Amino acid sequence: MKYFRYKEEKIFRVLMLVSTLFIVLALAIIIFSILYKGLPMLSWEMISQTPKGGFYLGKEGGILNAIIGSFYLSVCSTLLALFVSLPLALFMNIYLKRYKFVLNTVRFFLDLLWGVPSIVYGAFGFIIMIHFGLRASLLAGIITVTLFIIPIMVRAMDEVFKTVPVGLYEASLSLGSTRSETAYRVFLRQCYPGIITAVLLAFGRGIGDAASVLFTTGFTDHIPVSLMQPTATLPLAIFFQLGAPIAEVQERAYAAAAILTFFILIISILARLSSGKFQRNKINF
Amino acid sequence: MKNSGKIITKDLNLFIGKQHILKNVNIVVPDNKITVILGPSGCGKTTLLKSMNRLTDLYPEMVLSGQILIDDKDILKAGAEVPEIRRKMGLLSQRPYPLPMSIYKNIAYGLKINGVSNHKELDDKVEYYLRLANLWDEVKDRLREPASTLSIGQQQRLCLARGLAVDPEIILADEPTSALDPLSSNAIEKQFVKLKSSYTIVVVTHILRQARRIADHIIFMYLGEVIEQGSANKFFNYPEMDKTREYLKGAFN
Ligand SMILES: Nc1ncnc2c1ncn2[C@@H]1O[C@H](COP(=O)(O)OP(=O)(O)OP(=O)(O)O)[C@@H](O)[C@H]1O
Ligand SMILES: [Mg+2]
Repeated sequence: MKYFRYKEEKIFRVLMLVSTLFIVLALAIIIFSILYKGLPMLSWEMISQTPKGGFYLGKEGGILNAIIGSFYLSVCSTLLALFVSLPLALFMNIYLKRYKFVLNTVRFFLDLLWGVPSIVYGAFGFIIMIHFGLRASLLAGIITVTLFIIPIMVRAMDEVFKTVPVGLYEASLSLGSTRSETAYRVFLRQCYPGIITAVLLAFGRGIGDAASVLFTTGFTDHIPVSLMQPTATLPLAIFFQLGAPIAEVQERAYAAAAILTFFILIISILARLSSGKFQRNKINF
Repeated sequence: MKNSGKIITKDLNLFIGKQHILKNVNIVVPDNKITVILGPSGCGKTTLLKSMNRLTDLYPEMVLSGQILIDDKDILKAGAEVPEIRRKMGLLSQRPYPLPMSIYKNIAYGLKINGVSNHKELDDKVEYYLRLANLWDEVKDRLREPASTLSIGQQQRLCLARGLAVDPEIILADEPTSALDPLSSNAIEKQFVKLKSSYTIVVVTHILRQARRIADHIIFMYLGEVIEQGSANKFFNYPEMDKTREYLKGAFN
């Protein structure tokens, strides 16, 4: 018996090791192949110029339009989603806490929405656009991506707020705080690192998604100067370049992918740095 | 002083589903004394304490009836100003829950939400209450450090200071020393004795020796019922009920 229990422990250790290795390896291979194929094509021209005529047939130019487009789109959508998600997640965990049935129903529908493929959001955004007589534009893309990442952000934050112990909630209330003071002055501080993770998760999904922007944002070679103009995005730029019949253009797609990855990396690091102080203040229960 | 007492409950009943947790509780908590709620585990001490500052509101499954009078006002009535009621009662829980901020801000938090914004005044009050809780000397050089870096015993005293800073009239303490080492427990007990001239103090404990050390007034509960209440002297030396005598002999421990 004893022998078996030790054996079991060993098996689990090996399993854990194998799955960790598998994930790290998969990540390494993805990043390596992107860099291996992309880095040689990565040039100053690529990130400083918009496509010239025939870019997708191997002519000159870069993808500055898509870089800027993706930047506008993802930052705006993430901020908009944050404005909706943070109050909602707090509301769920402070005011709705009493109403378990309502709360679980809300969670259930958010989980459903999380599971809906982004192309469906794209199609939905498309219907809205047509209804309001909008053309494919930065605005339509922002709205669609915002809708698409809200469930992700809310549920991720919700899981973080759930970890706040009842005792901390009670402590704050018994000092005479109202529930909203408790929400914004205690929960937010305690959960700041987790909130950042939730925002990053949503940001990553938003910036990397092609299907939701395919119909709604459209594509163009120009840098957008208004919300009403169609806008290029990195995922679609990669998609179009990969679809080109010319090897060189296909390789440029990897350079674009490298830029996208780099973008996410920078944002992640910045966000992590910002949560350091709160990480120290966080009470570990 | 009113002869009626600071906190009075009248026919207080609390149900969780069909479970009858508090059964016709009628108690009187006198002013400026340490009242100890004694009783074996699971008899409803924490629940009684939480109903006194309406933390029971957080648990929708708890159904309350009866009255809880604080300064002759029924706090269970609809329309009672709950945050204000809670501010009047500092709560010290079984284990400390410092706020996720610096030591200084833990004290300043309650002051700020209650309208103190002057920096000098904040500084003074933070120092005053940290001294009152006997913590100042240990933390005066690290006020900006996170409260999470304090030891558990220090955290509990921080929570005491934080509770006192919002100028309560009542201190509710739920087994405040159960997570502490003997030395820190001692410090907290001494603090209570020192504070009792200005506050009404209610301490939940199941440690008989602790009750003997600090109690002026005892409320003894068993299975949701109040068996006996009265002065500590009478309770320990001339108990009236059989249950009390059994308990004092250690029959339930
Ligand atoms: N949220 C809840 N849901 C269901 N039952 C509860 C809840 N809170 C308390 N109870 C029950 O109410 C009874 C009284 O609990 P309470 O915590 O008040 O006891 P206690 O006297 O403080 O015990 P201890 O000394 O162990 O802390 C127990 O039987 C407990 O199981
Ligand atoms: Mg208890």
